[in-house]
Amino acid sequence: MKMMITIRGDFVAPRFDLSSEVLIATYYDQQLMEEPRSLLLADVSAEILCDLALKEKVAVVVCGGIEEEHYQFLAWKKIAVIDAVIGPYLDVMQLAVDNGLKPGSILPGVTSKEVAS
Amino acid sequence: MNIESALQNVSVVSELLDGIPHGVAILDTDLCILRMNRFLEAMTGYITDEVKGVFGEFILRTNLGSNGQICKKVLKNGESISVDGNIINRRRKKIPIHFTLTRLHDGKGQPSGVLIVLEDSSVIKVEKLSHQEQSIRTEIIGHSPQIEKVFELMSVLARTDASVLITGETGTGKDLIAEALHKSSQRARQPFIKVNCGALPEALLESELFGHVKGAFTGAVTETVGMFRLAHKGTIFLTEIGDLSLPLQVKLLSVLDDQEFFPVGGSKKVKVDVRVIAATHRLLREEVQQGRFREDLFYRLNVLHLHTPPLRERDGDIRLLLDHFLRDFSAKLGREVTDFSLEAIDFLNQYSYPGNVRELRNIAEYSANICQGTAVEINDLPLYLFRTEELPNTSVPPNSSVAESAIVPPAVSHSVRPAIGGWAEMEKEMILDALRQSSGNRSKAAEILGWGRTTLWRKLKKYEMA
Repeated sequence: MKMMITIRGDFVAPRFDLSSEVLIATYYDQQLMEEPRSLLLADVSAEILCDLALKEKVAVVVCGGIEEEHYQFLAWKKIAVIDAVIGPYLDVMQLAVDNGLKPGSILPGVTSKEVAS
Repeated sequence: MNIESALQNVSVVSELLDGIPHGVAILDTDLCILRMNRFLEAMTGYITDEVKGVFGEFILRTNLGSNGQICKKVLKNGESISVDGNIINRRRKKIPIHFTLTRLHDGKGQPSGVLIVLEDSSVIKVEKLSHQEQSIRTEIIGHSPQIEKVFELMSVLARTDASVLITGETGTGKDLIAEALHKSSQRARQPFIKVNCGALPEALLESELFGHVKGAFTGAVTETVGMFRLAHKGTIFLTEIGDLSLPLQVKLLSVLDDQEFFPVGGSKKVKVDVRVIAATHRLLREEVQQGRFREDLFYRLNVLHLHTPPLRERDGDIRLLLDHFLRDFSAKLGREVTDFSLEAIDFLNQYSYPGNVRELRNIAEYSANICQGTAVEINDLPLYLFRTEELPNTSVPPNSSVAESAIVPPAVSHSVRPAIGGWAEMEKEMILDALRQSSGNRSKAAEILGWGRTTLWRKLKKYEMA
């Protein structure tokens, strides 16, 4: 199963439509199958990200804030969306792989001064 | 005392913030959330207690640059910033926001945080949108039942994507209607390209419409895309479609059918997605009968038909339009002409307006320029209006749909001959008059003209009248 996480720096990007980087991870039975790869996008656009999710045939998209129309589009394409997630993307990915990630999750590590720096 | 302790100590602050009818967030120097008021909690979908200490941008989800760039700038420079943007809240709703960011200071005057006020501007945006919709309608002024019918039909036509044929006399606002249809259609954000089919010769028009490749003809040094490709995803408005030549009609028909064409000299087909709106002052059905317009193209364009009523058939709109244009021109000219005298308005109400709204607008402009007082008197109206009234032939039958007389400028149809072609034209007229009087006898005609026979013969040769 493939998962796409929209990221910025070490964290899940606050907004889906403004994300310029994604992390794609393949996992099965709560195990990562390979080293997650990150993709840098030339343009920032929710449509491009939706296209990418389709092209990469991902089953799950993890992101921060996402607009309803993009959420519904992905849902219509049978892609599960775990949105409004706040946290360091590695922790988020691990939680998602463990099937423990829920929409609106706020993970530890986002209150520290490192975030602001 | 830092700002956090200040906020904890002063309980009044909470009530104060909650009393503000906009979203308010207080961030610390690390740009993490310290406090959100109730309004912002409702706006974002988060409550302060669950997000206290979280980096502000993760919660607010603004589009004001990454990593709180603007906040950092405010914190550094101390200058307040007001900026428009948006947020996406927890309920996946994008809200347009007017942000105001201000630096906060502690008791010692040291920067201690940032205050962000988030003003929901969606209400203002909706108002602006409805104003825009209104302005589309108000561009076409009128309250008569005839124009109301047009408005009703327009709102239906705007929702479709089919070709529209707009007919109506010259000056009845076909262009305005076409543009309004485009603006209120789903293609509103895409280009609206207007092409006057009567303004260009056939060869040029083909290249203008469909573009040409480099070297397609002498002088085609560069490739042009053509109006159809420029209007891709938008609307192309073909005005004076009745003047389109037959070969081009064939090409246009194939474009309408297949949505693809070959540019002039090109070997590669170009596909376009264009909505076509066509307009003409001619009676296309008659043109079809006379073989000047292709029947198949007529039916292809005539999917949806909208006829703009002539001004003389629009009950009560004349006064409305006169007042509108007079006010408009007075303001532009910085004059204080505000009204028409009773005599002038009576006269203008009776006038038949063969040039329709365009003519009425010109009358208002002329009056606004000439009038010396505050109300336009009958003497301030253009003189040609009175000449028209004196002649019986100029009145147009009220129910003629597309009156040919409307196409002819009023002055042309009278015995007062214009000097359009200059002296040569005048001389030809004189010769014809003389020949008419002399029943074709050239000697007598030369006598009437005061010329010798040879001079008349020379002039007849010159004007190819022999």
